[in-house]
Amino acid sequence: MLSTAIIIFREALEIAMILGVVLAATRGLAGRMIWIIGGLAAGSLGAGLVAIFAQTISSALSGLGQEFFNAIILFTAALVIGWTAIWIRKNARAMTAHLKKVGQDVTDGKLPFYSLSLIIGLAILREGSEIVLFIYGMALSGQSASSIVLGSAIGLTLGIVVGAMLYFGLLKMSTRYMLKFTSWLLVLLVAGLASQGVGYLSAAGYFSNMSYQVWDTSWLLSEDSIVGKSLHSLIGYSARPTAAQLIIYLSVLLGLFAVISVTERTPKKKIIFKA
Amino acid sequence: MRKYLLLTVFGLALLTSIAARADDYMLILKDHQFSPLQITVPAGQKVKLIVQNQDPAPAEFESSDLDREKVVSGNSQIVVFIGPLNVGSYSYFDDFHRETTGTIIAK
Repeated sequence: MLSTAIIIFREALEIAMILGVVLAATRGLAGRMIWIIGGLAAGSLGAGLVAIFAQTISSALSGLGQEFFNAIILFTAALVIGWTAIWIRKNARAMTAHLKKVGQDVTDGKLPFYSLSLIIGLAILREGSEIVLFIYGMALSGQSASSIVLGSAIGLTLGIVVGAMLYFGLLKMSTRYMLKFTSWLLVLLVAGLASQGVGYLSAAGYFSNMSYQVWDTSWLLSEDSIVGKSLHSLIGYSARPTAAQLIIYLSVLLGLFAVISVTERTPKKKIIFKA
Repeated sequence: MRKYLLLTVFGLALLTSIAARADDYMLILKDHQFSPLQITVPAGQKVKLIVQNQDPAPAEFESSDLDREKVVSGNSQIVVFIGPLNVGSYSYFDDFHRETTGTIIAK
């Protein structure tokens, strides 16, 4: 039961980290809860489906189906989160001015909340399918139902607790700084997701001349540790990054930074004087 | 819209067929044990691992040394590419059953 709890905790932690940051960053936007819950539900359903079709997916595309599937999910999530981060930066001032609830007419167009559903759904889809398959394996190897359920409950709860700690920790910051901080966290998250996606493409055999390890910092912070794994999920920390991953990470970072700087400088209203 | 979807699928299929060559190395998972427990692969080049799960329960081939994680369903096998690796020893495990481990030596 303990091993079940630990494994479930590790998977749940990855989801919880992303959720914590995204939820904190979009705090105060009215009406988002339904979409968030929708994403949770759809993601969970999807995770079950992926688990059922795991073998079909895996043997697709010359046995590299899983790699492409994961890479596509990661790149899609990166795009959606990246776009959301840009939107948040554009509207930070408006969101700060109306602390509790922000009316849709105040912000620069609505934030389509389905982007939140997508972000959450995708996160759960990836990790959730691993959880389902693991539980299925446990059941097959004769573990008692009660020990599986209890272990999973403990693991899930712990994961949620850590995610909640992140969420409330972020909320403690003043709204103005919190929005700025979390949007940069999101940018790092996007870079991390893109770099993970590239990792899967390497696992599928691509970019092999760029898939060599550049450095190894596992003596400093191992990806197996709780802190290491959290940083991996949050900002894409990798103890053994490949050249391909580093290039993508830096490119995405610079690219998003450039886009955000440009959009922040664009004034909302233009006053034209006529002589 | 459908045209782009078709193009993407075609493109993906094309991509997979041009994945370059690599030597095959087979790992068998049976009774929660990898065999051979230790394999040696050439360093500095791409290596193709075939992990065959002969147990009924799904397993997850994972390695932080190699930065790979892939689920392999019960009674099936998967392909995963690793490398190019520096000379050294890399360990991997079944994430669903942590005691099951193995080593890959690159030289």
